[in-house]
Amino acid sequence: MDADITLTVDGERRALTVDTRVTLLDALRDRLGVTSPKKGCDHGQCGTCTVLLDGRRATTCLAFAVAHDGAEITTSAGLGAGDGGVGAEPAHPLHRAFLEHDGFQCGYCTPGQICSAAGMLAEAEAGWPSAVTPDVAERPALDEAEIRERMSGNLCRCGAYPGIVAAILGVAEGRRT
Amino acid sequence: MTGLLRPSAVGRSPVRVDGPAKVTGRAPYAYEQPVREPAYVHPVQATIARGRVTAIHTGAALALDGVLTVLTPENAPHLERGIDPELEILQSPDVAFRGQLVGAVVAETPEVARQAAGLVRIEYERAEHDCVFSADRTDLYRPEVVNPSLPTDTSDGDVGTALRDAERTVVATYTTAMTHNNPMEPHTTVAVWDDDGLTLYDSTQGVHAMRESVAPVLGLDPGVVRVVAPYVGGGFGSKGTAHAHLVLAALAAKRTAGRPVKLALTRQQMFSLVGYRTPTVQRVGLGADPDGRLTALSVDVVEQTARIKEFAEQTGVPARKVYAAPNRRTTHRLAALDVPVPSWMRAPGECPGMFGPEVAMDELAQACDIDPVELRIRNEPETDPETGLPFSSRDLVGCLREGADRFGWRRRDPRPRARLEDGWWVGTGVASSTYPVHASPGTTATVRISPDGRYEVLIGAVDIGTGAWTALTQIAADALGVPAEDVHLHIGDTDLPEAPVAGGSSGTTNWGSAIVAAARSFREKYGPDAGPGDEHTASTAENPFAQRYAMRAFGAQFAEVRVHADTGEIRVPRLLGVFAAGRIVNPRTARSQLTGGMTMGLSMALHEESVFDDRFGFVVNHDLAEYHIATCADVRSVEAYWRDEHDPYVNPMGTKGIGEIGIVGTAAAIANAAHHATGARVRDLPMTPDKFCE
Amino acid sequence: MIPFDYRRAGDAETAVAAVAGNPGAAFLGGGTNLVDHMKLGVAEPDLLVDVTRLPFDSVDPLPGGGLRIGAGVRNSDLAADERVRTRYPVLAEALLSGASGQLRNLATTGGNLLQRTRCGYFQDVTTPCNKRRPGEGCSAREGYHRYHAILGASPHCVAVHPSDLAVALTALDAVVRVRGPRDGHGERAIPAAELHRLPGEHPEWDTVLGHGDLITAVDLPPLPMAARSRYRKVRDRASYAFALVSVAAAVELTGDVIGDVRIALGGVAHKPWRATLAEAALRGRPPDRAEFRAAAEAELADAQPLRDNRFKVPMARNTIVSVLAGLTGEEPR
Repeated sequence: MDADITLTVDGERRALTVDTRVTLLDALRDRLGVTSPKKGCDHGQCGTCTVLLDGRRATTCLAFAVAHDGAEITTSAGLGAGDGGVGAEPAHPLHRAFLEHDGFQCGYCTPGQICSAAGMLAEAEAGWPSAVTPDVAERPALDEAEIRERMSGNLCRCGAYPGIVAAILGVAEGRRT
Repeated sequence: MTGLLRPSAVGRSPVRVDGPAKVTGRAPYAYEQPVREPAYVHPVQATIARGRVTAIHTGAALALDGVLTVLTPENAPHLERGIDPELEILQSPDVAFRGQLVGAVVAETPEVARQAAGLVRIEYERAEHDCVFSADRTDLYRPEVVNPSLPTDTSDGDVGTALRDAERTVVATYTTAMTHNNPMEPHTTVAVWDDDGLTLYDSTQGVHAMRESVAPVLGLDPGVVRVVAPYVGGGFGSKGTAHAHLVLAALAAKRTAGRPVKLALTRQQMFSLVGYRTPTVQRVGLGADPDGRLTALSVDVVEQTARIKEFAEQTGVPARKVYAAPNRRTTHRLAALDVPVPSWMRAPGECPGMFGPEVAMDELAQACDIDPVELRIRNEPETDPETGLPFSSRDLVGCLREGADRFGWRRRDPRPRARLEDGWWVGTGVASSTYPVHASPGTTATVRISPDGRYEVLIGAVDIGTGAWTALTQIAADALGVPAEDVHLHIGDTDLPEAPVAGGSSGTTNWGSAIVAAARSFREKYGPDAGPGDEHTASTAENPFAQRYAMRAFGAQFAEVRVHADTGEIRVPRLLGVFAAGRIVNPRTARSQLTGGMTMGLSMALHEESVFDDRFGFVVNHDLAEYHIATCADVRSVEAYWRDEHDPYVNPMGTKGIGEIGIVGTAAAIANAAHHATGARVRDLPMTPDKFCE
Repeated sequence: MIPFDYRRAGDAETAVAAVAGNPGAAFLGGGTNLVDHMKLGVAEPDLLVDVTRLPFDSVDPLPGGGLRIGAGVRNSDLAADERVRTRYPVLAEALLSGASGQLRNLATTGGNLLQRTRCGYFQDVTTPCNKRRPGEGCSAREGYHRYHAILGASPHCVAVHPSDLAVALTALDAVVRVRGPRDGHGERAIPAAELHRLPGEHPEWDTVLGHGDLITAVDLPPLPMAARSRYRKVRDRASYAFALVSVAAAVELTGDVIGDVRIALGGVAHKPWRATLAEAALRGRPPDRAEFRAAAEAELADAQPLRDNRFKVPMARNTIVSVLAGLTGEEPR
């Protein structure tokens, strides 16, 4: 059963017709050719498909596209690109930090890691606690332990976690100063 | 060989050549290769562990709108038999393991293909299956060789007598779990048949290796098969050999009249189709004098293989190489079961094989009341204990000493269960690490100057995340004597010169040596003033030192462990490794290789176990929610250092390989630290909280 | 996955009627469990009624001091709510210990309560499972059951409920508000502790809800003692894993003794397990480790672990002790 929907992807409005069974991830990858978000498990268990969905980080493999008609999606390709759409070069401080700290190897989980980090930094700036916040009533300070916990929904089989954490911490500290 | 390469670009840390494309997600992996109007393949898998398909009903599937074809054992195109039973899919009704491919649907969309696959109804004649892995089986057999072609058993002196007579002994059984590689990118093949032949965009560790495997099975001249893999989302061995899905994609494409087909395995399907590490049972015997000098060392290994195809993990091999002992024995025995086919997983043999013996060494240190670092140093051999050959270079002792210094080992209170902090038992442990230097003579590379004056370097290498894009560019720059910016590398395509897989930690050795050979002969031919159009191809020769020296990398792994006194939860706040692995080409990417291996070792130590239900013949926890790999929160401080090692014998770069040694010994170091923390000696992996909760 | 129709509900009444009128229909919330199960063939709805646009997306004060949590409130928003964090920290901690940041941004309060067991056989349609297909048999009882129940199981099913949120709500005496096809314009209230059920003869029923029943809200009672509460989840990984055992607890000291205490356990039964025996044993007793241990042992006396999950008995006991010790200022061991 088909449905007509519209998605705004990395600043570009796209209209498409999808089978109701098509997930947001497959709509992006198979229908729109937007392959920055990756498919690692298709069940919300690895985080490689993470994008910013209406401004918040979300896995796209467990979301039906039809249920997100009208949504605004930012992938890692569009992150930091501003209104001009997707540029040719990495545009976001997280991109540069991941390169500098070698926060990836095979690169397959990386766009999801970066979108997750962008969403997570916003969550932390909004004062959201995490499972390792000593007192959830208090505003947490974003240290390495907080970043590790908050990024645990993004698996990296290459084991680039120390670089990922260093990259994100660097960007977070850059924002604070 | 004309001496070691003079390093200029080598030894620096440029960011990854492929980095910008990867962080933005624009690097095209196999599924993302641009093809026109692809059809989609969804496999149908056997739901019995042994028997035969007696009927396969495809009517409901074929009736579905959008289904193009259903492949079954009754209608599948012919394949050549007798080459590789794992790849001979859909050629007979026989079922050799649960999850085996017994059909596939090709459809207009992935949703329709998957729905239709569920509508294919299969009738089976079940046969009694046997999937019970146990060291007590009476039908264990001795394989002719162990992977890749090493002696199955070795024996020197008289281990039995030496163990009986030793003043200090440790005799214990250690087990490692069945584990799955689980690269983040699922195995994917996009197949296209056209007038020129078959093109396979594949998620693979070796383009030429895939072609060599798949072409004969398809009855094709390798020349008409092209395999392309510019970006690969990890492999860890599981993409190093061809698996059944690759053939299935080719068969499906044969049925779509030139239309490309895409086949991406689901995460669940990967647990039965793309290999895994066998569980191992290791009976280890150590005998020593009161000073800790080994008099006897034995490792008797039992592991499993598939009845359909043998894979004999070389688990006993590292014990042949690390310590001196006059009396020594290693053996391997296999249980052939109705199970999926085991295969390579990061540091096959070496990784599981340095668990049992290295925990046993810790137990021996305790029995002798000797510091475990010192015990290892006392047993340093002068030559390769197995062959008597000198080592081309060996610095295990340096790694142990430097690691001990960096880790703060001297401050350690040797008593177990002596340190309790905030409700957590704290301990530290050490283990040795080693990995062989592999080389494949005949690796080929081409150097040419493009019309715009850049140096183009062409080789059928693959970067699975190792940093090959970057390291090979650096090596080429130094071999040509030009800046790295002037080098344009081409990899990941069988249209490029022939190169072996990214495996065995040998990528840089093989591909780098070929690039050096091509660059040197290019310079000899054209001199420093070569110009556009000049081109030269060269291959690596047999290393003349290969028969005169034993060649291995070594390392020392240190771990700090905390175990919650109430719940048994186990954490690893600190891992530190020091490695002697020859020259390091790119410190930035090398550190990631080593710490990444250590992290996978941590994951193996604490988390990983494919729980096999032998009643059904499948892995119950076949997804990433229940098959645990380490998350970001599990991995805290992971540090890797390396010794400055000059080895003129291994290859022109002086490199030994760094992709696998990081995972070797990690689990033992963690187990030893857990014992030091709690006093509980865990000999079975993984070390989950229940093993410490009392 | 079979094809399905998709409808977006404009109001609760229409949503309930749409699902109630079609035995193959299901409500769609955040989708994090339902879509998962549809891909696996565990769930095969032919109509999805999307309830995420219903006006159940806020947390509001209740007269008398409690809070009403709309069923559509996302797990992340609920965990970030200042009132929840200060007055019911156990609830925020339970939410934050579940899934991952990007899943919590999707998952809803109602959907979290209705997630289904993680039993590997339940999730694999090629193996027998009484919960999926009653009468087929239970594959877990003699199979892989490390995560399974030690309390309240039946010969037919040994699964555990995976929600962390539900465990905290059970400890807090929360009330689940439900609108069903027979409730007219009204709603009915079900204590959180009674929402989920033990498997008994009918493991296919996770809860007491019927087809078409829609959770609209969860009410938290005013419970001053909950300001001193916590959720402790013991799992195989440091994060992003389901519980081996978990403990939600709140303690109120009256003088030198325990005045009131709430304890619920997760990962031990087909439902969140309110530890009423332990609570009774502790009221009026001094807050020390020996008392905590005796109370935990009283609760777990009837535990019937399986071959490979015997560890859960000492683990649950020790975790209860550890949490209560932490809440009452006892030194860690």
